Amino acid sequence: MSKSKGTPGKEVAKAYEKYAMTFTPKPRYFYNCVKAFIAGGLLCVIAMLIQNRIMASGWEEKDAAALLTIILICSAQLLTGLGWFDTIAKVVGAGVIVPITGFANSMVAPAIEYKKEGIVLGVGGKLFSLAGPVLVCGISSAALVGIIYWFMGGMR
Amino acid sequence: MKNKIGKQTFVFRNKPVITGECAVVGTKEGQGPLKEYFDTILEDDTYGENTWEKAESRMMENSIMTAIRKAGLEKKNIEVMLTGDLLNQLMSSSFSARDIGVPFIGLYGACSTMTLSMLMSSIIVDGEFAENVVCAASSHYCTAERQFRMPLEHGNQKPPSAQWTATASGAAVISKNPCKSNETLIPIPKEIFITHGTVGKIIDTGMKDSNQMGAAMVPAAVDTILNHFEDTGRTPDDYDIILTGDLGYIGKEIALDLFADAGLNMKKMHLCYDDCGTMLYYRESEDVHGGGSGCGCSASVFTGYLFKKMRAGIFNRALIVSTGAMLSTISPFQGESIPGIAHAIAIETS
Repeated sequence: MSKSKGTPGKEVAKAYEKYAMTFTPKPRYFYNCVKAFIAGGLLCVIAMLIQNRIMASGWEEKDAAALLTIILICSAQLLTGLGWFDTIAKVVGAGVIVPITGFANSMVAPAIEYKKEGIVLGVGGKLFSLAGPVLVCGISSAALVGIIYWFMGGMR
Repeated sequence: MKNKIGKQTFVFRNKPVITGECAVVGTKEGQGPLKEYFDTILEDDTYGENTWEKAESRMMENSIMTAIRKAGLEKKNIEVMLTGDLLNQLMSSSFSARDIGVPFIGLYGACSTMTLSMLMSSIIVDGEFAENVVCAASSHYCTAERQFRMPLEHGNQKPPSAQWTATASGAAVISKNPCKSNETLIPIPKEIFITHGTVGKIIDTGMKDSNQMGAAMVPAAVDTILNHFEDTGRTPDDYDIILTGDLGYIGKEIALDLFADAGLNMKKMHLCYDDCGTMLYYRESEDVHGGGSGCGCSASVFTGYLFKKMRAGIFNRALIVSTGAMLSTISPFQGESIPGIAHAIAIETS
């Protein structure tokens, strides 16, 4: 990209950014990580307990896992709809965003937001505005890894 | 040039008067330190409308109509309205203008819109193109958030430098002649005159982080203020209060540092300089991270707090500088940095 006349050079921009950073309070990374770790772990423990309970009532492990995923997604969707999910995520961050609950939230949030623009072009058009990039990158990299895996398997 | 001094400053020799003003703010702003100064505080940020955009345009309409009434005028006396907001194609402004039905000029100056519209209105009144002009600016947290950032219910953590778009609208009527003063009020409210306007240059610091908007706008604000001093021959000692628009907590610190570098009288600057983005909310309890932002932030603080204080005689001369970050919704994705701008207006009481 060519530098336009009105913007400063890279060094000046870097220097100013560094200068500005000296005035900016740092996010508390360690504290946030600990909170995310505890919340994420807790979420997994609860999920495991639910799965065990499902399996105890006679379901196979594979079906129980699918049912559990549905339960997690539904509860995240419900919490988003009630307006609680963003409050929880603000506190525990990645703890609820990294698990599948975060994915559910990123689908429901735009659906609520763009309801006013109509079901088809509003909700339909914007539903994947947050999840879309993640899906594209996720599926592409999965396909890439799959191809590599296939070649390695072929060599064996 | 008879009405221009220095490089960037206009002198308004006929001294246009601010005859009426009104600030309408949302619930969160209505719980802040300035709550007693605002004319209307919304009980619900939807304002009874079914979309956020309609709510914002109704806020603007309400603030404009109240300002006109307070100026002792009617809609038919207003010859032109100059308003702006943050939305694409100035939705709130045009839709409020549709309902008001006065000749309309839409302005976009990002968060600098309030002083931009006051400056343009002063030019129109001072140049005797109109006797009564209304100017306004508005922003709404929910409309700005969905346009520039994420859907409201999306769970994410904001960095400490991210600023909170104010849900607020401010309007002012600028007239050739002072309105008939209400002699029944004691003390009689003072008239506020607009004496100078300094048009700002876009200054780009090369910053690309849209969560560091305050820091990106500081050099533009400082440049406009220093040019204003140079053009007018004034110093900070000539002003009782100098207010920037929405630099926020971080931006304010940087601005003070840059003022010190520029060799201004810092003792005076610490006394008279403040930033609307730091005044609108309680920093800790309202959880606004870097402070307030948006057109409505400076618009509501000027029209709600400052003008009322000036009418009461607490401040006699003020320099108001709304600051704007002129980024678009697509420019950050194209790797562009954030261009900053600031326009200054000097006002004084009789």
